[in-house]
Amino acid sequence: MPIRKVMKANEAAAWAAKLAKPKVIAAFPITPSTLVPEKISEFVADGELDAEFIKVESEHSAISACVGASAAGVRTFTATASQGLALMHEILFIAAGMRLPIVIAVGNRALSAPINIWNDWQDTISERDTGWLQFYAENNQEALDLILIAFKVAEDERVLLPAMVGFDAFILTHTVEPVEIPDQELVDEFLGEYVPKHAYLDPSRPITQGTLAFPAHYMEARYTVWEANENAKKVIDEAFAEFEKRFGRKYQKIEEYRTDDAEIIFVTMGSLAGTVKEYVDMLREKGVKVGVAKLTVYRPFPTEEVRELAKKAKVLALLEKNVTFSVGGALFQDFSRALINEKEKPVIVDFILGLGGRDVTFKDLDEALGIAQKALAGEEFDEVNWIGLRKEIL
Amino acid sequence: MAVRKPPITTREYWAPGHAACAGCGCAAALRLATKAFSEAMEEKYGDPNAFAIAQATGCMEVVSAVFPYTAWKAPWLHVAFENAAAAASGVEAAWKKLGRKGKILAIGGDGGTADIGMQALSGMLERWHNVVYLMYDNEAYMNTGIQRSSSTPYGAWTTTSPPGKYSIGEDKPKKWVALIAAAHQIPYVATASVANPYDYIRKMKKAAKIDGPAFIQVQCTCVPGWRAPPEKSIEITRLAIETGVWPLFEIENGDFHNIKIQAPGGGAKVKREGGRVVAIEFKKPIEEYLKLQGRFKHLFKQPEAIDQLREQIKAMWKTLGVEVTLPKPEE
Repeated sequence: MPIRKVMKANEAAAWAAKLAKPKVIAAFPITPSTLVPEKISEFVADGELDAEFIKVESEHSAISACVGASAAGVRTFTATASQGLALMHEILFIAAGMRLPIVIAVGNRALSAPINIWNDWQDTISERDTGWLQFYAENNQEALDLILIAFKVAEDERVLLPAMVGFDAFILTHTVEPVEIPDQELVDEFLGEYVPKHAYLDPSRPITQGTLAFPAHYMEARYTVWEANENAKKVIDEAFAEFEKRFGRKYQKIEEYRTDDAEIIFVTMGSLAGTVKEYVDMLREKGVKVGVAKLTVYRPFPTEEVRELAKKAKVLALLEKNVTFSVGGALFQDFSRALINEKEKPVIVDFILGLGGRDVTFKDLDEALGIAQKALAGEEFDEVNWIGLRKEIL
Repeated sequence: MAVRKPPITTREYWAPGHAACAGCGCAAALRLATKAFSEAMEEKYGDPNAFAIAQATGCMEVVSAVFPYTAWKAPWLHVAFENAAAAASGVEAAWKKLGRKGKILAIGGDGGTADIGMQALSGMLERWHNVVYLMYDNEAYMNTGIQRSSSTPYGAWTTTSPPGKYSIGEDKPKKWVALIAAAHQIPYVATASVANPYDYIRKMKKAAKIDGPAFIQVQCTCVPGWRAPPEKSIEITRLAIETGVWPLFEIENGDFHNIKIQAPGGGAKVKREGGRVVAIEFKKPIEEYLKLQGRFKHLFKQPEAIDQLREQIKAMWKTLGVEVTLPKPEE
């Protein structure tokens, strides 16, 4: 029987790792995800998880050791955030290029400068071009579930890509919620044992991994990462379906909430989706036709689902905790790209908000709604809007 | 007819067909290292192949693993420039969990070890991974051209330490990574040379058989980087030993009071006290080593720079606990 425990998302991530039974975990402490390796080290110390826990001297070495372990053919896990993920940046490309299904739990946190330990998505968003799959959790249960799903998808022979699962700093990492811990047997059945066909360092069948490629081969290697990302779209759907069958919780690349007759659809990710759902409920009572779409999967980008979503609304209001300078947010770029060649498309309004842990309040959402309603009415509007900005201190 | 047993296994792990230059000292260093490793694994585990290699970006990496070819007949992994030690840590941990017997060999050049890889190396040694780290020291960045590293010796020309009106070439003394490694109090640290293959093989085997981390720094020539003729590679590295430029020593368990210094040969007079080398009177001047290499050519126009190098070498030996006399060439 699954058990329910009240826990932080960090603990949920550690529980997910325990259930997935990785053989090697290499990690370096960083706020706000420190509790993940702490909890895992307890599991290992108590014999509840039979794994090697490498207490590395940096995040760069954490991911490097994960690459080494994964290349040697074992399931591998780590956790990090913000500067730590940025320090891994170089090796993230290598892990994807070498097609190693490492999973990272990321406590989504802002990047320096100024140094800031609170939540936004700039850390993982900045790694969107590394080839890694990206999942975003709305709550602590999703943090646990998505890590299991991430392993399942990453290790699929059609994919073989590393994956990161983000959950918002403090809003989730340090906040307790009831979380259902699935039965180990069911997780074992869901994930199976990881037996790689392509990555091993076995003296009885020596192979060379991590070669140099001249211009004659490099582009093809990059294309296979592209192709694997494309393949992942279907594999993720399958994994979601299987997860629902086994564990009863439903996931979709884009989860819609009250979108059916919506004129304005707010699009967001992570824990903000929870806030916006509440906000939409409130507006609906007032008769305002709004809905929410939550991206659970950001890479591969769910282009088809975005096109379907776009058919439902006149305005897509993107709520983003990240910045792509002179463009807006990253989602703005992705949505524009997905819709640009569509015959009929909604107006896209972009909102940057909640950076560095700034609360996103209903008042902020009112401000966003006001601008979205202007767009809906055909009035002039700014494509990119910074919400909750304290202009008086600029 | 009696058949003499070869001095080292005929098994090859560094296969012909790699793209290293003719006369490459480091290619020889890697070939011997893997052979010695294989012998050690055979003796320890009964399986000559019980090892895997994690290698840093560097000249020996780019010449040995050009897709779709490989020069490696052992399981081999390259990740990046600065993380051979960290990647090796991961491989070792994985092998432990897989119950696979054997040892990991991490390989890095001087740049990937002494500079950008120093942190990962320190972490790996401190965590006591069962890894032998081999630093092949050709004293500059050689896969990107010939740029100075912190292991480049004083006075050497490189493309980023060019001699000029205001420059003598590299203006800092060489960093001795073996001594930094020994400060981790790991079981075994040694320096070696491709000019002394028996000693090098012995040290590699010893390192490979130890349970725990070991570090070996082997000096090897770079033909284009040292501006030296390919057929002189071994002669040059031998002269490095015989003139006092390259000390051969072993440090066990970080015991700096018990450094095992090897006699350099070349007519040098060695003074021992209680079995310990305390003084060496070298007979061959360092000029004999320097003059075979274009990278030191400019020093001969400024003999005071060579004297400066002599003083640095003396200071390095003093750190090892040995008073040395370094002769000047006869006028």
